[in-house]
Amino acid sequence: MPWVLRGLRDGVVTTRYPRRPDGYGALFDGAITVLSPAPAVDRQTGGDPEIPAGLCPTGAIFVDDDSAQTVRVDRGRCILCGRCVEGRPDLFAFVPDTETAGLTRTALVVPPSPGTEEETRAVRSELARRVRGLRRSIHIRHVDGGSDGAEEAEISALTGPIYDIQRLGMFFTASPRHADILLVTGVGTAGMTEELRRTLEAMPDPKVLVAAGTDAVSGGLVGPTYASLGGIGALVPPDVYVPGSPPSPFSLLHGLLLALGLLPDDRRTR
Amino acid sequence: MTGAALTVRMAPQELAEAVAQEVRSGRRFVALVATAADDGSTALQAVLASDRDLTVLACQLPPGVRSYPALTPLVAAAAWYEREIHDLFGLVPSGHRRLDPLVLPRSGEDLPRPGARRGPVSVELDVTGLPAHVVGQGVFTIPYGPVRSGVFEAVEYLVETVGEEIPHLRTRVYHKHRGIERRFQDLEPADAVLLAERVEGTATVAHALAFSQALEQLADISVPRPAALLRVAHAELERIATHLDSVIRHTEGAGQAVANARLHVHKERLMRLRARLCGHRFGRGVVVPGGVSGPPRLAPSEANGELGALQGALRADLHALMTTPSFLDRLRGTGAVPTQVATDHGAVGPVGRGSGLPGDVRADRPYGAYGHLGFEVATGHREGDALARQRVRLDEIGQALHLVRQALDELDETSDDEWRRPTPVVDGSVLSSVEAPQGELLYLVEVTEGRLTRVKPRTASFHNLAIFHEAFRGDIFTDFVFIEASFGLSMAGVSG
Repeated sequence: MPWVLRGLRDGVVTTRYPRRPDGYGALFDGAITVLSPAPAVDRQTGGDPEIPAGLCPTGAIFVDDDSAQTVRVDRGRCILCGRCVEGRPDLFAFVPDTETAGLTRTALVVPPSPGTEEETRAVRSELARRVRGLRRSIHIRHVDGGSDGAEEAEISALTGPIYDIQRLGMFFTASPRHADILLVTGVGTAGMTEELRRTLEAMPDPKVLVAAGTDAVSGGLVGPTYASLGGIGALVPPDVYVPGSPPSPFSLLHGLLLALGLLPDDRRTR
Repeated sequence: MTGAALTVRMAPQELAEAVAQEVRSGRRFVALVATAADDGSTALQAVLASDRDLTVLACQLPPGVRSYPALTPLVAAAAWYEREIHDLFGLVPSGHRRLDPLVLPRSGEDLPRPGARRGPVSVELDVTGLPAHVVGQGVFTIPYGPVRSGVFEAVEYLVETVGEEIPHLRTRVYHKHRGIERRFQDLEPADAVLLAERVEGTATVAHALAFSQALEQLADISVPRPAALLRVAHAELERIATHLDSVIRHTEGAGQAVANARLHVHKERLMRLRARLCGHRFGRGVVVPGGVSGPPRLAPSEANGELGALQGALRADLHALMTTPSFLDRLRGTGAVPTQVATDHGAVGPVGRGSGLPGDVRADRPYGAYGHLGFEVATGHREGDALARQRVRLDEIGQALHLVRQALDELDETSDDEWRRPTPVVDGSVLSSVEAPQGELLYLVEVTEGRLTRVKPRTASFHNLAIFHEAFRGDIFTDFVFIEASFGLSMAGVSG
């Protein structure tokens, strides 16, 4: 009996996301952005925009090869260490953005490279056709493909009252046989290759593969090594990429909703 | 001082007996670490601890020598270390009775050999030789993992049973082996702290701290006082979060839905507070060699206010939980690790303290600001069962909150604005240790000509998981979740 009353104590704590934006995202460094207009080119010499070597420990920063020499950040490689913000505050900044997931690897690049939008649109319509039958009861199977353990902690938070993904019709399931979405974390270790393949094989069609976390997307700072790949994409191409080291629960939610086409129209930009 | 370990050198033939002698005289076996050199030789370092300091017994195996007398027959706690060394270095400890693969079941002779400059690009896994034998009438094996119900890290338990009881259990940890130790060698010392943060995600701050302390010891610098305080605040917030994870798993297993939901909420509030302090929910990027990356983003007094509110809510809910008989019944007597077993193995962290071992690096070999702050080690629990480990964690949550508030109070009053000192990369070899949420965390760091030539994180998870099977004495399947949650280990930290 005391537990019943205790359970009512704080009222409703659940986020309204995605129906309403959640203010919490503004409280931490969700993503890196390139400040615009980027003072990329040294106009006098026409030379390289000076990105010091070693500014990014995972090589997420690159400069376009063409004449515009736009500086871009691949969020799929970024581990949010903030070295670039510290070293070149004129070029890079943290933004409180948790809607960081993308349907293609190139969709994670900011500012977007030309052609990204068309590519993403094609992928989105293909995915939408595939997930149409899933409707409002979606079962998720999580598999650890060699994470550092932080991803699992954030995924577990999704089942708590604050994020409560059950309210969105999503449930974690024990068996791959019941699963619609495979949520994979980690760099893709040699020891999990066969297990991942068999889990995917055991899932009924249609199935959706979500790579959760920068390690799963690109290997991050960890992979590739002699015992791991540079992300699980080397094994099977994911349908959704969720960057972050680890991705915050809101980023994970964004990725899952993106996969299912359940985001309100104005937020389907990626 | 954590780095001032005395090193005694000897011949490989003498190592096992010398370590056994130390253990007989009351020292605790901490670790056995191998380091390969480019000429084909391998150094072995056995780390032992007394109440106050660390000793290293070291020997050198010349090129071509692939075998040495095993420690395990004399010191059982070395068993997993020698299996790991066999996997990664190909060394054969002669006399080790169960040299089964542990972190890397491989075929071929292309070995990782951390420490050597060159390593393999890839390694062929061969799991066919892994032991899975069961004996006896009606005995069968239930493979549990690495893909199993719930959101867990990948690990495989082979439960050998006749039906309900679990008389024997094997643990396979190779699934997550990422080759972290070799990866350290590719990185600049300043970047390597970021990798340390990713060795064990639920002990991010502890790893960054242990690694940074190692570089600071080599450079012989001390960190500014405000930085030391902020490090304590983040390390203790991490301890609370990781301990809460363990408690949440218990409530989930016991079907305590309201407690589970409320603790989820408290933990999320804590994660948000951590993010407001530094920009990252796990405190990544805070600890850097020489201090911290900057002042707290949230005014210490404000953080303290929030912490006070959280403390009140936590205390009430945890008290209610610990007076709920249907919850306590599931933990009491479950997964008991007898004090003798824990002592023989030198169990660390909440697992050791739950079995009556008082060891805690923060008190035994104080580092950073711990020497000046007031806290008590969670002693007084000897039963060794899941309930005792749970009580240790709850005590530690209370003490951690006390520590964070002291640190924040002092930060609030100080006018000192120095957060980081330049830390030159100095050659040498050093041991650094901290108390991670899971227990004693040790880093062996070796720098040669400005490059990291060997980094070996020895996690509490690795050390403690070796006695996980000892906790199953007459326990049944439904106890499993509590035994696992009460150990509270990170598989990422075990597999390396």
